[in-house]
Amino acid sequence: MTGSDTTPRISIRRSQLGRARGLGAARAGSAHWWAQRVSALALVPLSLWFIAGMIGLEGAPRAAVAAWLHGPVALVLLLCLIAASFWHMALGLTVVIEDYVHQEGARLTLVLGVRAASVLLALLCAVSALRLGL
Amino acid sequence: MQDVRDALMIARTSEGKLVRRPLSPHLQVYRWPVSMALSISHRVTGVGLALGTLLLTWWLVAAALGDRSFAAVQGFVGSPIGVILMLGWSASLIFHLFTGIRHLAWDIGRGFDDRAYRTTAMTVIVATAAATLIVWIVALVVW
Repeated sequence: MTGSDTTPRISIRRSQLGRARGLGAARAGSAHWWAQRVSALALVPLSLWFIAGMIGLEGAPRAAVAAWLHGPVALVLLLCLIAASFWHMALGLTVVIEDYVHQEGARLTLVLGVRAASVLLALLCAVSALRLGL
Repeated sequence: MQDVRDALMIARTSEGKLVRRPLSPHLQVYRWPVSMALSISHRVTGVGLALGTLLLTWWLVAAALGDRSFAAVQGFVGSPIGVILMLGWSASLIFHLFTGIRHLAWDIGRGFDDRAYRTTAMTVIVATAAATLIVWIVALVVW
């Protein structure tokens, strides 16, 4: 990389458009942006409900957790919270990684790692919740 | 220019001269206005909450497995380290929730003027402290 005080030179013989192509289109970015907002919106009521639920279960035995999830409403809300949280988390962590990790291999590894971890953790949570509630 | 990704950093002036586009200065040159502190804290608490999902997963999996594993996770949450983690986690969640609502308001074009910007920032800070305090008082004392 040249310093900011030197005049940059272009050594790659391609047109301006050709050089900008493939760097990521605004079209693809808006889907990510939109998904982040939709999951955030869902998480506003779900988080409030979850905090209230956790206060109710403070220090409670396992049977109380199972009883809490036994009704269909609580179970469905918890599944929604799990889905929205891990989706929101994967999107958010991806942005953080893309902002700070510039080395391409490390960035791809971390982004894919976050995706994998999100899916695994979400499924672990969901299956556990179903096992408790059903 | 060696890397294709540099293409967006190089532009041509009206005289046709190639110039490197200016970069915004790094964080350390700024004073820390409340808006900037909140923006960074939103991100930091987001990453913290991502780590907190490990605790949520452990709790749910342990509850599904049986009484013994559930007692282990309850023991951890009740330990001094666990209480500190829960305090940080609850405060982070409440803060991220409130700053998140502020972000959603900006997304529909509200609250961009100078005064609203500062008022909502201070509201978020006070509301986070108050709500976290209320949650813990209700959880520990009232319940």
